Amino acid sequence: MDYHFNSAKGLEFGLYTLGDHLPDPHTGERIPAQQRLREIVELARLADQAGIDYFSVGESHQEFFATQAHAVVLAAIAEATETIRIGSSSTIVSTSDPVRVYENFATLDLLSGGRAEIVAGRASRVGLFELLGYDVADYEELYEEKFELLLQINENPVVTWEGQFRAPLRDAVVLPRPVDGRLPIWRAVGGTPASAVKAGRQGVPIYLAHLGGPVSSFKQMLDLYRETARESGHDPADLPVATAGFFYAAPSSQEALRDLYPHINEGMKRTNGRGFPKQSFAQGVDPRNVMNIGSPQQIVEKILYQREMFGHQRYIGQMDFGGMPFENLRRNVEIIGEEILPAIRKYTRQEEPVR
Amino acid sequence: MKIVVLAGSVAGTKTRTVAGYTATTLAESNPDHEVTLLDLAEFDVVHADGRNSLDYTGDTATVVRAIMDAEVLIVASPVYQASMPGVLKNVLDLLPSDGLRDTVVSLIVTAGSVRHSLVPEMQFKPVFSYLRAHVVENSVFIEDKDIHRGEIIDDDVYLRIQRLIEDTLTLSEVHAEVRARKDAEYGF
Repeated sequence: MDYHFNSAKGLEFGLYTLGDHLPDPHTGERIPAQQRLREIVELARLADQAGIDYFSVGESHQEFFATQAHAVVLAAIAEATETIRIGSSSTIVSTSDPVRVYENFATLDLLSGGRAEIVAGRASRVGLFELLGYDVADYEELYEEKFELLLQINENPVVTWEGQFRAPLRDAVVLPRPVDGRLPIWRAVGGTPASAVKAGRQGVPIYLAHLGGPVSSFKQMLDLYRETARESGHDPADLPVATAGFFYAAPSSQEALRDLYPHINEGMKRTNGRGFPKQSFAQGVDPRNVMNIGSPQQIVEKILYQREMFGHQRYIGQMDFGGMPFENLRRNVEIIGEEILPAIRKYTRQEEPVR
Repeated sequence: MKIVVLAGSVAGTKTRTVAGYTATTLAESNPDHEVTLLDLAEFDVVHADGRNSLDYTGDTATVVRAIMDAEVLIVASPVYQASMPGVLKNVLDLLPSDGLRDTVVSLIVTAGSVRHSLVPEMQFKPVFSYLRAHVVENSVFIEDKDIHRGEIIDDDVYLRIQRLIEDTLTLSEVHAEVRARKDAEYGF
C-alpha cells in the first residue's frame, strides 16, 4: 500500500479544520456559513501555494458547524489547489454507507489527480445518530463494521460482504476506482489506548488527535499502537503515523496565547460543553506539551521534539477554530511557508524510508 | 452568583425538607445570589450513556446545564446501602470528568442512624473530588430523628446548616479571588 510519503522530503506538515462555524469571541459575531465555507477553500488554496503538504476537512452534524457535506467542500478544494494532498478529519463512517463514502473519495481522487485520503472516525458527539437514522446504542459496532467494509472496498474492486447494519453485497463493483487503485485510509484515534490497540490489530495507519497534554503520554499511545500491530502480524514500518492538534504561531509565545485562547475557550464551551482551563493552556507553550503554540522558532523545536518521540510521518495543525479572523490565518500560513516548513524539512529529511 | 441546591433522591421527604430549607435560607439571606432548588423527584432524567453532556435533551439537559453552570452546588442526599442513591450518582455520571471544575460543593446528608456518619466522607467526597470540585471540608450529617413531618426539629441542625452556608459562600469567594488573580498573572 502506497501512502505517498517521501522520506527524502522529511516530516509532512498539514492543516486541518473541523469546519466549525462559531462566533468571534471578541465581537460575538458569526460570519455567514457561505463565507465560512469560501474561507476554508481559500485557506486550502493559500496552504497549497505556501507548499504545505496536506489539508483536511472534518464532518460534524451539530450546531456551530458548516462542513456537514465535507466531501463536497473537499471537491471545491480539489479544484482550487494543485499539489497539496487532501482528506477528511474525519469522515464519520459509522453513520454513512461505506459504498457512498468510497464513491465520493475515489471521485475526489480522480478529480484531484490522485491526492485524496480518508481518515475514518466515529464522532465525538452523538446527535448525528438520530439525525441520520442510527441507534447510538450501536456506536461501537457501527464503526467497526462499516470501517471494515470500507477497507474491503479499498482492497477489492469486487466485494462480497455481509453484516448487521447494511444490506449484503454480492460481487458488488464499487466505482470509480482511485488513480492508484487504492486510497490511503487512516483510522482516527482520540485519547483512548483502546482505540490505538484497535488500529494496531487492524494494521491500519493511525491519525492521533491530541488536544493538549504531555508529549510522553501520546508517545505511549503510539508505542502501544506499534507494539499491537507487531503482535498482530503487521510490520509497523509499513504503517505511517500522523498526529493532529492545535497550532498557532505569533511573534512571541505570549502573543500566540493571547490571540488563540479566547477562540479555543469560548469555542469549546459551545461545542464541547466545557472551556479550556487557562492554566493548562498556558502550559501549551512548554516544549514538553504537545500543543504547537508559540513563536515560529519554538514551534519548530516542539515539532522536532515530537518527531523524535513519535517517529511520525505527518503533523497537521488546527488554527481556525472558534471564529479566528481570516487575516490571522493568512498570516500563519505565511509564517509556516517561510519559517516553519523550511526548518522542519531541513532537519527531518532523508531518514528511514517508510513505504 | 449562581447557587444550586440539589435534592439527590426521588423518594421520601427528609432530603427534600433539608434541601428546601437550605435553599430558602440562602435565598432570604443572600438576595443578590440566584438560588435554584433542583429536586430530582421533579425531573425525568435518563440513564447516563457516556455521550457529551451537550447531547442530552429534555429534563436531563436541564439538570446537567443547571449543575454545570452553578458556581456553588449544595448537595442534599440520603444514604442508600452505604453510599449515595443511584439517581444521584447517575446525575454525576452525566457530567464530563471535569464537570465541576471551579465549582464549590458542599454536602448535607441524611440517614437513619449515626452508623452512616462517615458515608459522606468515604463515599461522596471522592466522587466530587474526581469531578474537580472544591469540596467544603465540613458537611452536615442529619439523623432521621431530627426531622418530623417535613420540618427540622433539632436546633443543632439549623445551626450547622447555617455554618455550612457561611463556609460554602466564603470558600466560593476565596476561590473566585484566587482564580481572578491567577488569570491576571497569565496575561492572556
